Amino acid sequence: MTTANQTSKTKVRLGDLIFSRAATFAGAGILITLGAVALFLFLQALPALDPNADFDGKAENLLSYVAPYIFGTLYGSIIALLIATPLAVGIALYISHFANRRFSQVLGYIMDLLAAIPSVVYGLWGILVLAPFLNPTYVWLNENLGWIPLFEGQVSATGRTMLTVGIVLAIMVLPIMAALIREVFLQTPRLHEEAALALGATRWEMIKMAVLPFGRPGIISAMMLGLGRALGETMAVALVLSPASIISFALLTSQNSNTIAANIALDFPESGGDYRSLLIATGLMLFFITMVINLLARYIISRRAEFSGAN
Amino acid sequence: MSKLAKLIAVAGASALVLAGCATNEAAPTATSTATESAGGSTSTEETVAPLEGTLDGSGASSMASGQEAWVAGFQLLNPGVTVNYNPTGSGTGRDQFEQGLTFFTGSDSALKDEEIATPHPNCSPADGPMFEFPIWISPIAIIFNLDGIDSLNMTPDTVAQIFTGEITKWNDSRIAADNPGVSLPNLNITAVHRSDESGTTANFTDTIAKAAPNTWLLNGENAGKFEAWPAEWGGEGGQGTSGVIAAIAAGQGTIGYADASRAGDFGTVAFGVGGEFVPYSAEAAAKIVDISPLVEGRPDSMLTYNLDRDTTESGVYPIVLVSYLQGCMDYADDAKAELVKAYASYMLSAEGQQYASDSAGNAPISDALRQKAQAIIDQVK
Repeated sequence: MTTANQTSKTKVRLGDLIFSRAATFAGAGILITLGAVALFLFLQALPALDPNADFDGKAENLLSYVAPYIFGTLYGSIIALLIATPLAVGIALYISHFANRRFSQVLGYIMDLLAAIPSVVYGLWGILVLAPFLNPTYVWLNENLGWIPLFEGQVSATGRTMLTVGIVLAIMVLPIMAALIREVFLQTPRLHEEAALALGATRWEMIKMAVLPFGRPGIISAMMLGLGRALGETMAVALVLSPASIISFALLTSQNSNTIAANIALDFPESGGDYRSLLIATGLMLFFITMVINLLARYIISRRAEFSGAN
Repeated sequence: MSKLAKLIAVAGASALVLAGCATNEAAPTATSTATESAGGSTSTEETVAPLEGTLDGSGASSMASGQEAWVAGFQLLNPGVTVNYNPTGSGTGRDQFEQGLTFFTGSDSALKDEEIATPHPNCSPADGPMFEFPIWISPIAIIFNLDGIDSLNMTPDTVAQIFTGEITKWNDSRIAADNPGVSLPNLNITAVHRSDESGTTANFTDTIAKAAPNTWLLNGENAGKFEAWPAEWGGEGGQGTSGVIAAIAAGQGTIGYADASRAGDFGTVAFGVGGEFVPYSAEAAAKIVDISPLVEGRPDSMLTYNLDRDTTESGVYPIVLVSYLQGCMDYADDAKAELVKAYASYMLSAEGQQYASDSAGNAPISDALRQKAQAIIDQVK
């Protein structure tokens, strides 16, 4: 590239050339990989879209088969988000504004450690520890608050319900969300905070006035990140949930809508032929759902771009 | 860091990475002391030269632990051979055999006629005859978790009604009728099934559908044999055998079906056959193959059984999972044929079956079946 006031061409250095080519290659590589994955999913799923496909009697057609799984995926993830978001905001606020410096560092390390636990371990912990522990609570909820549609039905004897899955997923997405929101809160302009305090605000009022509005796009992006992880979570759900292929809002029963990813994990090894293509087609739908949610998150953040801590 | 130190660090890291990518030459070391259970007499065919080579197979995960035992035992006797069994699942196993990636398949279900007619690259000719016979008999126990009760008698109809959700309490009169003197608690029954597709479910439902056709009803019709549990019947779902066992352990009053080797301390059901109640046992399970007829229209090299699940013979436990060994009668590669013959003979032998049973808990096949299957394997070339 020549600049306007140079008469001779700048000698291109080898290091610059290699670096720029490598960076371009890496960027292009990501796009190509994404495209290749989408293409693979689409080609493998094609036999299932044929109206004459034979699914061994396990499914009528693609839409009727996948509807309960889409519902289960979204339902479990939304429960997880509802539980995790207030907790993550609370943890991030505590680390950034209330704890003393050293303790907040330690707490930060511990949160990151939670993120490193494999999801299979979460699944095992869910069935062996959490479900039996929560079961008496479920029985109580079912007996006393059973008139609420969420808590009705025949309560599960083992505690392996959609609510347990929601709690396990919430614990899995918590570290990521808390870390991201903490970063955002730490970037709140000091002047805003000082100004609020100078006007006589208490600490909580200062947070409400200065920190939370500034951090809102960051909170939303953290929620979308957590939602993305919860949507794709496979092993924890496959181990913990007691599934049935129905659409059910009840949180405490043994008949729960399964998620797309867990269903694929359960059925793929023994499947063959058109049914396998059907499973891959459901994977393709999950791919699209996640993509749509990420685009939505990007759009929401871009509307408040000047305040976004993520930029 | 100095430049040299950085260079050494990069070289060390890349060496580790590349070493991880290398294929390991797994040459099992021959120990001079063979264990007693594996040291059975080798059959007369492996006399001339010690066997060498690699044998790949894949298929059902139901026999995965048995295959581990067999591979270990066989490789102790034949140090030059490496056997690899990949428990991918029966469907994938049959696919891989069709693609020529493997030389034998372990399968929970017999080959269908279309699958036999498909050309198999490892056979010569490609559409030549195949062998198939039962190699793995695994009793499926009906396990329940009730304090203080070790065994309950149940007729097929009772079992069917429990799993379809008709009988909901343990102290129901239908259960009490067959169990005089046992005090049943007033507890809800939670029926646990497999949430993943499974040969265990297929065999369990096949048995109940044939033994209790009037009570195994879905929307008024006999539900038959299936692998995916219908939502109308309720109950809990667990992933894999371990998931079912964990679910049974997690609650009181749970009942489910799983591989008998995992029954552990739980109470088990003595299944009603011909007026008696038969608890599961290795002999009772192996017996069903002997009293069942062969499927008609198959070549002599295939021992495909039409299991007589609603038998009334005494001392037979009909809820079993029978897995088959499948392969070519004539291999394109003679060296592989020798390996398949030797390995299959080991698996069929009394020592091999007992060795697997000690660690995996299957029911050893009967001598009658062993003789018939060995006669087929002797003709493989």
